[in-house]
Formats: sequence, structure tokens, C-alpha cells
Amino acid sequence: MADPVVTSHHGLASRVAPDAAPVTITIDGVPVEAAAGEFLIAAAERAGTFIPRFCYHPRMKPVGMCRMCLVEVSTPRGATLQPACYMAVAEGMEVVTTSEKVRKAQDGVLELLLVNHPLDCPVCDKGGECPLQDQVLAYGPGESRFLEEKRHWAKPIPISELVLLDRERCIQCGRCVRFAAEIAGEAQIDFLGRGDQTEVNIFEGASFSSVFSGNTVQICPVGALTATPYRFSARPWDLDQVESTCTTCALGCRVAVQSSANRATRMLGVDSDPVNQSWLCDKGRFGYESLNSGDRLVAPLRRRTPGGELEPVSWSEALSAVADRLGAIRGASGGSALAVLGGARLSNEDAYAWARLAKAVLGTDSVDAQLGDGLPAEVVLGLPRATVDEACAAPVVLLLSGDLREELPVLFLRLRGALEEGGTRLVELSSRATSLTPLAAASLAYRPGEAAATVAALAAGKGGPEGIDPAAWTAALSALEGAGPDGAGMVVVLGRPSLSEDGALVAEAAAAMASAWPGARFLPALRRGNVMGALDMGLAPGILPGRVSLAEGRAWFEEAWGPLPADRGRDCAGILRGAVEGSVEAIVLLGADPLGDFPDRALADEALEKVGFVVAVDAFLSPSAARADVVLPAAVHHERAGTTTNIEGRISRTAQKLVGPGQAWPDWMIASELAARLGTELPAGSVAELWDEIERLAPSHAGITRAALEAPGARDGIVAPLPASPVSLSRRGGPARIDPVATPGIESVERQGAPPRAGLAERSGVADDPAATTAGSVGRPRPLGWPQSVDPPHVGPLDNYSLRLVSGRHLYDEGVLLEVCPSLGALADRATARANPYDLDRLGLTTGGHVKVRSARGSLVLETVADAGVPRGVVTIGFNLGVAGEAGGTGGAAALIGAGEAVVDVRLESLSGRTTVPRTPAPKPTPTPAEEEGA
Amino acid sequence: MVVSEAPRIVTSRIGFEDSHTLVRYLDTGGYTGLRKALTMTPEAVAAEVDGASLLGRGGAGFPAGRKWSMLRKGPIPYLVVNGDESEPATFKDHLLLEKDPHQLVEGVVIAAYALQVARVFIYIRGEFALGLERVQAALNEAYAQGAVGRDIFGSGFSVDIVVHPGAGAYICGEETALLESLEGKRGYPRIKPPYFPAAIGLYGEPTVVNNVETMSNLPWIITNGAAAFTALGEGRSTGTRLFALAGQVRNPGVYEVEMVKTTFRDLIYAPVLGGGVLHGRELKAVIPGGVSAPWIGPAQLDTPLGQDEVAALDTMLGSGSIVVMDETTCMVRAAWRITRFFWRESCGQCTPCREGSGWLEKILRRIEDGVGREADLDLLMDTCDNLAPGVSWPPQQTTICVLGPSIPSSIASAIRMFRDDFLVHIKEGGCPHG
Repeated sequence: MADPVVTSHHGLASRVAPDAAPVTITIDGVPVEAAAGEFLIAAAERAGTFIPRFCYHPRMKPVGMCRMCLVEVSTPRGATLQPACYMAVAEGMEVVTTSEKVRKAQDGVLELLLVNHPLDCPVCDKGGECPLQDQVLAYGPGESRFLEEKRHWAKPIPISELVLLDRERCIQCGRCVRFAAEIAGEAQIDFLGRGDQTEVNIFEGASFSSVFSGNTVQICPVGALTATPYRFSARPWDLDQVESTCTTCALGCRVAVQSSANRATRMLGVDSDPVNQSWLCDKGRFGYESLNSGDRLVAPLRRRTPGGELEPVSWSEALSAVADRLGAIRGASGGSALAVLGGARLSNEDAYAWARLAKAVLGTDSVDAQLGDGLPAEVVLGLPRATVDEACAAPVVLLLSGDLREELPVLFLRLRGALEEGGTRLVELSSRATSLTPLAAASLAYRPGEAAATVAALAAGKGGPEGIDPAAWTAALSALEGAGPDGAGMVVVLGRPSLSEDGALVAEAAAAMASAWPGARFLPALRRGNVMGALDMGLAPGILPGRVSLAEGRAWFEEAWGPLPADRGRDCAGILRGAVEGSVEAIVLLGADPLGDFPDRALADEALEKVGFVVAVDAFLSPSAARADVVLPAAVHHERAGTTTNIEGRISRTAQKLVGPGQAWPDWMIASELAARLGTELPAGSVAELWDEIERLAPSHAGITRAALEAPGARDGIVAPLPASPVSLSRRGGPARIDPVATPGIESVERQGAPPRAGLAERSGVADDPAATTAGSVGRPRPLGWPQSVDPPHVGPLDNYSLRLVSGRHLYDEGVLLEVCPSLGALADRATARANPYDLDRLGLTTGGHVKVRSARGSLVLETVADAGVPRGVVTIGFNLGVAGEAGGTGGAAALIGAGEAVVDVRLESLSGRTTVPRTPAPKPTPTPAEEEGA
Repeated sequence: MVVSEAPRIVTSRIGFEDSHTLVRYLDTGGYTGLRKALTMTPEAVAAEVDGASLLGRGGAGFPAGRKWSMLRKGPIPYLVVNGDESEPATFKDHLLLEKDPHQLVEGVVIAAYALQVARVFIYIRGEFALGLERVQAALNEAYAQGAVGRDIFGSGFSVDIVVHPGAGAYICGEETALLESLEGKRGYPRIKPPYFPAAIGLYGEPTVVNNVETMSNLPWIITNGAAAFTALGEGRSTGTRLFALAGQVRNPGVYEVEMVKTTFRDLIYAPVLGGGVLHGRELKAVIPGGVSAPWIGPAQLDTPLGQDEVAALDTMLGSGSIVVMDETTCMVRAAWRITRFFWRESCGQCTPCREGSGWLEKILRRIEDGVGREADLDLLMDTCDNLAPGVSWPPQQTTICVLGPSIPSSIASAIRMFRDDFLVHIKEGGCPHG
């Protein structure tokens, strides 16, 4: 069921101090309540008076450049024309928006804007949703008196792979320039020249390479910036849209999905105040191309003979083949010989159905939605949680994660905004410089493996560990004072800093934080799609739906589901090792591509080679799916309704806009069919019934009913679990209409339905009371809390010949998404070996050289980049990237990382035969691996 | 015609070949004002300047003492001296920068002491190569002499002065654009309020911005006292003022004359001053205060050169540039040339100025080229109205700064005073002046 209404949220109101005194102003003779200091344009809009504008955007600082918003404001010197976009309201202010003087000024600005604007609307992408077109019609003079030649520029010119610039259409509002500098912090697009020869452009020899470039296309009030994937593909009036949630990463940005004739045509960011505030990253914005890809799986595939080719078969044959084989293994070796990997691509309802299928029907707890690149589920689910808003309002943010711009791009924007605004100070624990480092109060370059020790030293207020800049350490200690003695003013952003640093080490550091600062709350920075929903729904070993442990929830769920596996199952690494050893006989890949995503590619490869039976449920034939015995085509987000859960635990609805290609099915339906063939009918027969079951059984989701999720005020989603007392789901009282100039292309609420209201939801209360029951005799289990036991692996010392590997994710990697999106494919980064110039110098290398990187697991020849942002003793190599240079190859650091190794130490060998020279005179030189080999 | 016998306050050394050197400066009483100021309290120095009623010489004519007192309640991190004199036919600061840089430096240190500022930037128009060189040389001498830098003349007061060259934009003379430029950004005027950079100036800190001529008056005021200064001039317009006299006049140049006691007629016709219109022709109009100012006609020449007296004519003394236009001047061409200047110098932020300046320039050029229409006169005035609603003085504005609203001054003056000149162009299909 599609929800056609797109909401808008007004950030400006939230910028006014919450305790700002209310003032009364009059607008066109009508008294209006406003907050002191609020901008007149916003106050008027809330009161229902729309003042025309171009440069003003509610999410950016006003600049007053276009002069379209001039209104008459009474001053001690009489009424004068003032720009409403930066005029702060004050008690008693009298404003006239409709006088002859105002009309004259508005006419004038519009006529002047059209002096140099080409009237090529019939061939302009913006035609039909153009703020200039619309406002000329509404406010402008009927015709132009301009007789002369207009300004001419070469057009359009590509300023990146994704964005084209037509300078003739530009009206110099500076929205793109300001977005790049103010919001993204990358001033790659700017004004050049002056006067009416002013042009927006990139700098010579540079490119608009920002991963947020698409936002400038979205907010351009004319057709000056257009996006290559959308250009000339549709007229706006032919597009249908629904509001949904992006699942490219786990932040869950709200989007308007637009389509025409069952082809996804465009994705626009919806201004969801608590989440994305209208911004999207380019991967999320343009990834819709994957939905239309000709590479989509459209029919089930099966190898009818061992070693044969995958050939299209009927659903019935494919499902029977899977059920027969899984049933046979279950019968012969028990459920523990079966394993399910993945689930982050699924909706919550899908994930729940698969969790129930795996744990109650297949009888295995060896289920893992994370592919060894996340954090232990108990830690993620057990730590006290914070929202993004809470992180942005916290006096101190402590960051231990990968580079957020690469992993959760819009979370990077939100945190960046909070840091720029001041009030929030960032202490970063990172073994390399990240995109937030320039804004950090302190960036502590700890050596991989030593995060927990570093946290302990910080908490103790002692001197810093060796190797950490003492000035940064002092700055960190001083910044942390802002969090208060128990850390109540601290939010920890906790992710996986490096795939070559075991997740258990991060868990150990998190435990150290929680014990040092019991008041601190945590925002998990897991990156993959609906990974949080999958964990909430029990797609992790030892976890049952509703964030309860297998032990705690066993009785409750057995009553509803039937018998559950006796023992805790294996995680991803355990499953793959089991496959190699023979104790795991079948693996179901739920949209999982361990060959691309599991840190130890050799192990994934061997596991898929040796395991007896592989089923892939996927939308594309990923490298791993291509190795499967049966491939089942899945419908993805925007092709089926459902809910998704973001890193905050915010549950929001994803709408169906498209019909999936060919015979693709929703994952829950596949689970349901398999269960039936295995002899167990799952009771829920629809997405709605699945949600009802989740709400009834999953303790953390109690009270979040379908009605609550569908309430108009819940468009930004509902954070689980609900607080015990009733809450307003939306801070927004709701303007009667959305600002059509802020996001051209998103249809207004008026045209699509009633204005949203704030809804109310209330937790039933049972989750607080373990004795309370619903129907049966078993008490509702308690969700996981803190502390959880963590079992960190041993980290050996770093010898003087080695560098410690840091391997982070890149937004543009070798993943399937980029491969199937024509516009994004060329953007994929290449793997290089980045090291401190000092370390490279010891090898006689600099940027552009080549080096052989050797670990205990394997070796790789990479191009070198000298990077002072990488501390001495560390080398960074991106993960899941093609390898730059002549050597070529895929996977990046995946060739070097051994599963189960706490950290990965590597040696660099120059291709001319020189090996790493020790950093300090070593008492007893140890032979390098090369020498050992030679010996 | 009597020209007042007022002392020369800021141009006393101009006749010397080596007026820019420290040797000459010290020989002619240089740095005595500063030495005296350092024996006074900063408050007393500020009070002296306030008492002199020194009107800012940059164009707006705001009293320097008042500007200072708006800020003196808290610490002031920066003093900025505006030497970005770029308006056509305005060249009085040019003279002070090249010929008497030490006087400027001394004035700056006195101001810094009064304001207790530790860091000063002197922003000088980039094209003033010699001026930049001389001010820097003077600063180097002054540092060596102990007049700038640490512990000035043993007083315990310290200030550093940095010279910053402009990069060729007229708009950077607008004080907030100047601050942006100093910060290394595009020279875009800032949105107002705040109306003065006082509260939020350079790098977001309280900042005083003063003009070169204003600063150059300070050594004399401190040496001779506020009373001596206010004894000159009349009413609000005290002291002397520099005027850059240009156009069709026998003796163009910079003249220092006593305010109010001198009239436009004195300045243009006195033998020791302008010496009359070139070739003895009839005067047609005068641009009284730079190209932003509405013009005056022959009937208004007896108006005294005083701030309020000229304001009463609905124009201004502005930047101290006075341009004489004689009977042979084509007023369409004059208006076009001035408009072309503003078109080329508009920063491009605000739509009315960015697009309006270019459109006005195109219409005027069309009329001058003989392809104008009578309807173009209304179109010109209406477009002027979109830049400065009402086309009155002082102008109302639809833009962030006053550059845009200044454009209508010359166009409206030309059309209102010399409509026939336009009609001749239109009817005869060309410029009668060739």
C-alpha cells in the first residue's frame, strides 16, 4: 500500500533557540505569533503567507542575494523594502507583502532575472517544476521589455560524472555554492567572475567530485544543474511519486521515489527533520538505476546437474529443490549444519520471516546478517541507544568508526553541521585522518588493536599512549570534560573503524566506554542497508526478534514458534569455517555476497567451494550468487511495501512504487513458501500480518502498531523501543503547504492529501514488566541491556619491520550496486597503499610508486600514496576495491586479512627488492618473510 | 571671490620632493602628534577626536568619534584603514598614500592607541603600486624608528600594522566587502544588519574601519587640539577637506579647502584653485561627490562645500570628487560611461544590480548609438526605480549595498536635467557630439 504523501519539515524553526520569547507581528494586517529572532520568511510561511524566494533555503544560512523576498517592513524611518529571508522578527513588526511597492519590486526582480535567462523551458529538465517558471507566472510581469542580446556561455558543460552545468540558465542564487561550502564542506563549485558575467563553475583542473553533488541539482531553482541519470528522461508532470526510505546505507534517509511507466526515474531527498533534512548522498540518490537494470534476476535459476550451468527454472522447481535439500540435511545432520548469511537487504518483515524460518523451521541459530564487517550483535543491541538528533545536540561526540563520509554519508553531514554550528565537540578515535578530522576537537590516532587501552587511559585522565600526539591528547581530555563525570553529555558513534581490526576489539573499547561513562549513549554506525532491522528481527546468532537473547527469549518464542535450536549458533566467520571443515553443509545467502564483503576473501572463497549446497536469494547475480546451486530472484525496496530500521532504531515505512521485474518475489514470501514445503505453515500471510506478529512478539517493538506507523505524524518513523510515556511522534505542527522552492520536484501536500498531523503513540507498558503476559503463560522477555560480556582477542606487539593495516570501506566500491548503475560505475575508487611519507621514504618510495604488501594471509601489489594523515607505523588500503595500476586485481585489502586475526600486520617490499627498514634500531633484527622464503 | 586662509592640515608637505620620507617627515613636525597622544590616556585621545567632530572622509561622512565610541565599551581586536579608493575621478587618498605615507602611519597609530587596538590592516587599492610601495617603506621606517611595533616610543603601547593590496575590485571599497576581501574571500558586501562592522567585523570580531584621509587628519588634531580643528569650517562640517577636481576645468588636481567657507564656485573658478572651465566655456553640470552622486547645475554653484549644505540639494559630497562638465559634454555619453563603470564593477550578488546595471548600460549605449526610442527614457527610469525605489535622494535600496542604488543617480540626473540631449539622440539617430 503506497503512501503518496510527502512531508516537509522546517529546519529554520528548529534553529531558533527553543526558549526564544514569543513575539507578535502583523503580516498584511493579521497578527501572527512568531519566535523572537526567527526569520520573517519562515514566520510568514507558517502563518500561511508565502513570500516568493529563490536563494533562500530553509536548511542553509540566508544570503539575501536574489532579492525576490522583498517586503515592506515598518521601521522608525518609515516603511522600507526589506528582504524577508534574513530579517529577524521583532515584537510589533508590521509587514506588508501585497502593497504596490512590493509588487513593483517583485515584478522588477523577476523581469531582471529573465534578462539573461534563456527561455528554453520546453527543452529544460526543470520545466514544469521550476521555481523561476512558477514564480514568474505568479508574481512576474506579463512580458519582458528587454530587447538586447542575452549573455551566452558554452553549454552544457560536465562538471562531474553526474552533474552538467548550463551557466546561461543560472540565476546566481548561490544555493549550489553554499551547499558545497556550508553543508558538504567541499567548496568545489563556486562563483567566478563578477557582475552579470558571474558564472558558477568548478575550478580549473578540478571536478565536482563530492559524493553529495546531487543535492545541488535538487535545490537548483532553475535548470542550470542537471543530473546525467535523469536528464531528458521524463517530464515532471508524467512522474508519479511515493515517499519511502532509502536503504543504500543504514541511516534511512527519507526519499521521494518517482517513476514513470514502472521505471524508476528519480529519487529526491525529503526534508525529514530528525534524519536527512532533505539531503542525500549520490549513491543513494542515483542508485535507483539498479532497479531498472537489465542485470536484474527475473527468474529462479538452478544447476540441474552438479557442476552444470545455472538455468532458468520455475519457482516450484526451485523451491522444491531448496526445500528438499535443506530438509534432507536437517534430517541427516541436524539444523546446525544449515546456515543463513545476510539479511540487511531485507525489510523488517522479510527479516522476521527468515529469522523464524531459520530458527524455528530449519532449526539453526547459525544466522548472521553481518558478514564479519560489523560488530557483535549483543553489543549493538545491548548498549543504550542515542538518536542522530541527540548526537548532534550532545556536548561531546566520541567517534570510533570508519570514515563516516564513506560509510554513512548523510550522518557525516548531520554531525558536520552540528560541529560547524558549535556546541558539540568531537573527540575522534581513528587510526587515520578521516573527513571529520578537520572539525574534531581532538583526533587520537591510536594504533589498531589498542582502542580499549586508549579509552581506558582517556577515562583515567592519564597521559596518552605512546604514539598519540600529546597536544591532541590534552585537547581530548579537555573536550571530554564537557560530557560530565558520568558521561551523560556524551554520545558515542560506534562503528567498525577498520575491517582488519577485529570487531571484538571495538566491542572491548565500547565496554570500556560504557564502564567509564555510564551515562553515555551510543549511536551504532553499522552501514549496510537494513542491518539494524535484521539484528532487531533476530538475524544474528543467539538473538531472537525484539533484541532478546536466545536464552532469555526461548520460552516466549517457543510458545509462539515451536522448538528453537538448543545452542547458540555461529557467526559469519564461524559459518564459513564450518563450511570449510564440513560441519556446515548448506548456506543460504540472503542478498549476501561474502566474496565481496567478508574481510577474508580466501576463506569465503574456500567455504563456497567446499560447502555442499548454496542457495542465493538476490536481486543480482553477485560473484557469490553465481556460485550458488539455486538462485531465487528477490524484489527489493520500492518494489514491495514494508518497514526498515535505521541506526537509531527508527522504524519507517518503505513504500512500493514499482512492480519488481519478471518473477522476483518479496523475501518474506520465499521464506513462507520454503517453510510450507518443509512442513511448517508460517501463520502470517501478508506484510501487514507479519508486522502485527512482530509488534505482538518482539519486546522492543511493543506498542509500535501498524496504526501508529501509518499515522500521518509518523512519517519520520518511530524509534524503538517506545518510551514508557506517550510521545509526540513528530515535532512538526505542520505548515499547510510545503515550500516548493526548497525542493523543486516534490509535489506539494495539498495536491496529494491532507496535511500531516503529529500522531501519538504509547508503549503498552508490558515490556517494562517481565511478569506481564499477553496470551500465554510465559512472561514477555526483556530486551538486551548492558553490560554484555565481551571476549577480546589477543593483540600481539607490532614489530619494527611491519606496518599495521587499516582497511576502511569506500562509498564507491566494487559492490554490485555501482556495477549495475551506469552513471555510478565510473566512480569506483581504486585501492592504493597509503602510508606516512616517513614510512614510504624508508623504502625509497613516494606517491605513485608501487609496493608489494605482504601479510600472513597473502600479498598484493599496490600503488603508493604518501599521506601525512596516516600515522607512522600504519598503512591504509581500501576494502572491496579494484586495484590501481598494472598489477590490477579486485577486492583491495580482502587479500590480506585473515579471519580471526585480531589485527593485520603487513610488510612493505619495494618491487626493486628493498624491504622495510626498521623505524628504530631494533636490538635483534628478525628476518623478513621475503628473506625467510629465500632461505 | 575670496578663498579662505585656512591652514593646510593634511597636505602641508605635498610641495616637497621627498615628502614621503621619514627624514622630511621628522623635519616637518612628524610624529609629534603621536608622542603627545602617548602622554594622554586613550580615552582623552578619543575624546579629542570626538570633540573635533571629524566627519569620515570616505564617502558616508559619519563622524569618526561617534564610530569609535560605539565600540569603545569592549575590546576591539582590529582597526582597518580603507585605502581602496577606486571611484572614477576620485584621487585624493591616492595623493596622501604616495606623498605623505608617514602622516597616515602616525594617524593610524594614534587611532590604534585611542582604541587600544593591537592589529591594524591598511587595505590599499591594488593598482596603487607606488602608494603601496611608499606606505610599506614608511612602515618599515616607522618600525625602525620605534613609532610602530613593540613598546612605541617607550610608552608600553604596541601595535602591528599590515599593508594589504586589493585585487582590482571597486566593490572592495564598500567596507564589508573590504573585510571579506581581507579575509581572503570574494569581495561580496555582507548583509545588513549589522549596519556597521563595529560589532561583527573582521573575522567576526569588533572592527573599526576608517578612511585614509580621516586617519591623516589625526596627527594635526592631536597636535593642535580639537578646538583648532572645529574653528575651521562651520556647523557639523569642521576642518578642511580634500577635493579631487577633475573634468573640463583649467587646473584639475587635489585641493585642500576649508569646509563650508568654500563654495563649488570658489573651487572651480578661483584662480588659485580650479581656475575656471576649460577654454572659458560655459559650465553645464557638476558631479559633486563622485559618480554615485546626483548632479548639480550652474544655479547651485554657490552652495558651500559642507555636508549638510550639499545634502540640502539632494546630493552629497561623497568621495570628494568633483567633476566639471562643460557645454560640449554629451550627457547621454556621460551617463552611459558612468553606468558602464558600475556595470563592470557590480559584484553580482543582488539581482537588481547585477542584471539592472547591464541592462541600463545596454539601453544607454543604444541611445548613444542612435537606435534609442523615446519609450527608452521611461524604461530607464523604471529600471532605475527597481534599483532605488522612488529614485530619490538619499536612495532607497533593493540591494545589499549602495552600489546598485547609486547607479540611478547619474541616469536620473541626466534625464531630468538634460532630457533634450536624449531626445536629440533619438530623433537624429546619433550623437550630435560625434
